[in-house]
Amino acid sequence: MKSIKLEINGVQHEVEVAPWRTLLEVIREELQMTGTKEGCGLGECGACSVLMDGKTVNSCLVLAAEANGKRITTIEGLAQAERLHPIQQSFIDNGGFQCGFCTPGMIMSTKVMLDDNPNPTDDEIKKGISGNLCRCTGYAKIFDSIRAAKVAMAASSDGRGGA
Amino acid sequence: MVTFYRRLPKFDYLAPQSIEEALALLSRYQGSAKVIAGGSDVVPKLKRRAMKGIDYIVDLKGISGLDYISYDGAGLKLGPLATVRAVERSDVVLETFPMLAQAAESMASPQVRNRGTVVGNICNAVPSADMAPSLLTLDAKVSVVSEKGSRTVAIQDFFTGPTKTVLSADEIVTGIEIPNPPANSRGKYIKLTPRRAMDLAVVGVAVMVTPENGICKDLRIALGAVSPTPIRVAQAESILKGNKFSDELIDQVAEAAAEGCRPISDHRASAEYRRDMVRVLTRRAIRELLSDEAASAQGFGKGA
Repeated sequence: MKSIKLEINGVQHEVEVAPWRTLLEVIREELQMTGTKEGCGLGECGACSVLMDGKTVNSCLVLAAEANGKRITTIEGLAQAERLHPIQQSFIDNGGFQCGFCTPGMIMSTKVMLDDNPNPTDDEIKKGISGNLCRCTGYAKIFDSIRAAKVAMAASSDGRGGA
Repeated sequence: MVTFYRRLPKFDYLAPQSIEEALALLSRYQGSAKVIAGGSDVVPKLKRRAMKGIDYIVDLKGISGLDYISYDGAGLKLGPLATVRAVERSDVVLETFPMLAQAAESMASPQVRNRGTVVGNICNAVPSADMAPSLLTLDAKVSVVSEKGSRTVAIQDFFTGPTKTVLSADEIVTGIEIPNPPANSRGKYIKLTPRRAMDLAVVGVAVMVTPENGICKDLRIALGAVSPTPIRVAQAESILKGNKFSDELIDQVAEAAAEGCRPISDHRASAEYRRDMVRVLTRRAIRELLSDEAASAQGFGKGA
């Protein structure tokens, strides 16, 4: 067992993990934060996407030991108390999901994309979520949600929709 | 029948602080230790039980200073921890080696590119490795070390078969050196895939051409996913070299490139289709590189 330190959504955690455990398993099973989903488990679908030091990664492919000392943001870290992040609100307002399984990963990729480039073109949006598969929507409603989120975030004074 | 496992098999995780320490671990544990940089190829292979007998994972990320992307006027140097994403976005790569940035951006997904490295892509050595054709046309050199010493391997000699390289179990790649391309050369990587993201090349074609007053001063063509390893097709290259560009000669080059590969049929495409696409894409790449528009968009730029 190895002792690792993770800062998840601003909270310090110290966990004992076996070396073959993934970051995803630690987040979901040790820390009981089940917002992050496991889809394929092989880095193809992006359902398990989290931010590690500000970059999207497939948490199913990251060993927990590799994440030692890193700053992690999961879907649970976006809302502020009862107030959803504008991207989350936009997905709700625009019906950006059906079964919802891809949604946490989709939103994490969207967050990085909009933080990096507040006004992406449609082509840049496609590239931004190219590592996230949705098998329900055909993506149209997801694009609508992201376009609306970009407008909402640009409209807010601090560029983050107050979140 | 592929059995699917979600959990990793058991192994120990080692994070050496220096190359010397890493080499000592590889030497001590012989073939039961596997080096990872980003782990984006190794971790799925371990999960699928496609890689067996690994008792130790040796993570290079604890070693500082290996993620360099540096340019010194003579060429580009990529460290073993330089991620695909970093190469794709590097100003010096975009300016001086745009084909490399283009190949990098064609790979997998942002998530995978944030973890995976260019060195890892060639060490994994699948025939469709996206970084390989561009590196082949650029005559890249791979630096390799073990406890016994160091050596430099030309990228042309690096791949020995599907997922096989010249590396032995106690060796680590410490970098890739990419010399400046010829002055006024232009390069392009065309990747044929059913999907635009998160897909493997059915055929990958990298072409670098150096035109001079209508004459082909230099031509380099490398192919991915159509032979047991990524390959250069010297026979095809020689047809145009020193000659005036003409549609007829370009067709002959494309034909020779198609004849120079050894594709297989699998669930992605038939051998026949792959071979024909090598012909089509080689011709397309040369023609596009010769058009003025392509020269400014994809060019290797100003006398680099």
